[in-house]
Amino acid sequence: MPPLLQVSDLATRFHTPEGTVHAVNGVSFELKEGETLGVVGESGCGKSVTMLSLLRLIPQPPGEIARGEALFAGRDLLQLTTDQMRQVRGAQIAMVFQDPMTSLNPVMTIGRQISESPVEHLGMNQQQARARTIELLQLVGIPDAEKRLDDYPHQFSGGMRQRVMIAIALACNPQVLIADEPTTALDVTIQAQIIELVKRLRAELGMAVIWITHDLGIVAGIAQRVQVMYAGYIVERADVKELYANPRHPYTLGLMGAVPRVDGRHSHRLANIQGRPPDLLTEPRACPFAPRCPFSIEQCWQENPALREVGPRHAIACWVDVTKEDVGRGF
Amino acid sequence: MASNDSALVRVANLKKHFPIRRGVFQRTIGWVKAVDGVSFEIKRGETLGLVGESGCGKTTVGRTILRLYPPTGGRILFDSVDVTALKGETLRRLRPRMQMIFQDPYASLDPRSTVGELIAEPLLIHGLADRQGRRERVKQLMELVGLNPAYLTRYPHEFSGGQRQRIGIARALALNPEFIVCDEPIAALDVSVQAQVVNLLEELQEKLELTYLFVAHDLSMVRHIADRVLVMYLGKMMEMSERDELYDNPLHPYTQALLSAVPVPDPVVEEARRRIILQGDVPSPANPPKGCVFHTRCPLAIDVCRQAEPEWREFTPGHFVACHRAQEIARKEVVVH
Repeated sequence: MPPLLQVSDLATRFHTPEGTVHAVNGVSFELKEGETLGVVGESGCGKSVTMLSLLRLIPQPPGEIARGEALFAGRDLLQLTTDQMRQVRGAQIAMVFQDPMTSLNPVMTIGRQISESPVEHLGMNQQQARARTIELLQLVGIPDAEKRLDDYPHQFSGGMRQRVMIAIALACNPQVLIADEPTTALDVTIQAQIIELVKRLRAELGMAVIWITHDLGIVAGIAQRVQVMYAGYIVERADVKELYANPRHPYTLGLMGAVPRVDGRHSHRLANIQGRPPDLLTEPRACPFAPRCPFSIEQCWQENPALREVGPRHAIACWVDVTKEDVGRGF
Repeated sequence: MASNDSALVRVANLKKHFPIRRGVFQRTIGWVKAVDGVSFEIKRGETLGLVGESGCGKTTVGRTILRLYPPTGGRILFDSVDVTALKGETLRRLRPRMQMIFQDPYASLDPRSTVGELIAEPLLIHGLADRQGRRERVKQLMELVGLNPAYLTRYPHEFSGGQRQRIGIARALALNPEFIVCDEPIAALDVSVQAQVVNLLEELQEKLELTYLFVAHDLSMVRHIADRVLVMYLGKMMEMSERDELYDNPLHPYTQALLSAVPVPDPVVEEARRRIILQGDVPSPANPPKGCVFHTRCPLAIDVCRQAEPEWREFTPGHFVACHRAQEIARKEVVVH
């Protein structure tokens, strides 16, 4: 079966007064039906911009999708007209953002905001849309759905607002849900509620999920496959258990060593990835991680490594190929 | 100046209530009991982790101890001296000994001052050292926190988040404090940078014999850095104990839920984990529930929890808890799920 979504060599740039920022530099990946793909990386690694590019939500200018292809149901999303794209967005691919307060319209009732897309995409009348809205609010676990329909966003707590955002995203039964750090602004017990909710919805509705986060813990619990991004590149990709058992890219290894575990005893020192990511004002010619990498060799400073297979369904973009055992002498 | 008391900071029944004001005349129509009866001590050289979710009062505890807020009730002892009601010059003389590192390195540094000026400011305010001496001290501090002293004349916007947090740390260290309240010092930073800052805080603690109150919502990081941990909920203390005891044998249902909610970066562990999902949200601190403040979300709540506030007691040596059902929980007669 062909993948639901197949992205090839996607590159996105931003033309800013300081120069051109090379935010995404040739990213290729696929998403299968019903799977959850975790995308991990730190600020500025291009994880959000990649997904916004697919949905054509990058403001152009200053943004520019420089090259690439994104096949979804046999069509290249990057070639669709604005109208065609609008039919895909919301209806077939939906997105949930980090901050539910700024994503919701403060002067519109929750009910109207949720029913907007069933009316638009599914041609429902007001009555049908209202019934659908109640159904959706119940689905995402908002108590007294019928009564809350006419409330405004400020009358909801942070966690409840995020549930509303998810209800909006699910309104037209999308095949793909892109969740961009949807729990970062929430407290940990509320985060647990939202994660359980998305897991349940994925199982019930059979949609595929792309979960973007900086939290290696969340990905471990929710994803089947994971890709790690750095400086606009995918630097490692593997099935979730393989990635955590055998991380092979120095950046992944460093990240894993940098986070303490709530279920683990005190280790003497956290892994220290020196320095910070490159500013991407020039497209990296060599490995973008080399300046921070304790394992770098001559080649790393000269050529940018492409993603290559190092095991079954396991790929890294690294000339050296280190393993967990090497961490001690590295970070 | 130092006494034999091993506790550098002692807090007894600390309360901080904020008025809720309404109308043209700003009449007080109620109180937010941000901190409502908190008692603990921090030993010299120790790190006490203070954890809880938004609105639990953890930040207010830190600020009230530093006397950035006047306490509503209770007592604060610093180095065996009652500092609860200090004012004016005596309070000013206390300030250098207790400092704070703030959460947001973007908002807590004046964008119009150079790094050198920012770090020298505390020295200037407290009239320590002349111009040349200050310059030397600033350079020394920059090296101590891992900043290149050559960047003395740069402005905050020229630095990354992690470097700005280092500037904040250098400022806090300028007056040679004994006690530092770290208020979510890494919450705004990227994962790899968080580790850098935490490693730095640990190194500095060892080198300078510092005592920390580490306020955070990240329970994994608190397990890493703290010696003992205090869990708060809605202005009250829920549980406190030595670190590994708290994480391995949590007694309070809230602590159990909080720990189980934290994702573990290990898919095998995650697959097998049983997660306690608390229903609902934290109630408003302006109108906290009667009895045990946690009863509205507690899966084990019974009648007594709705009526009487549980007593704060030492359940096993060094392990304190405020829960009516702690005994049953410890004996595994009831299980939270």
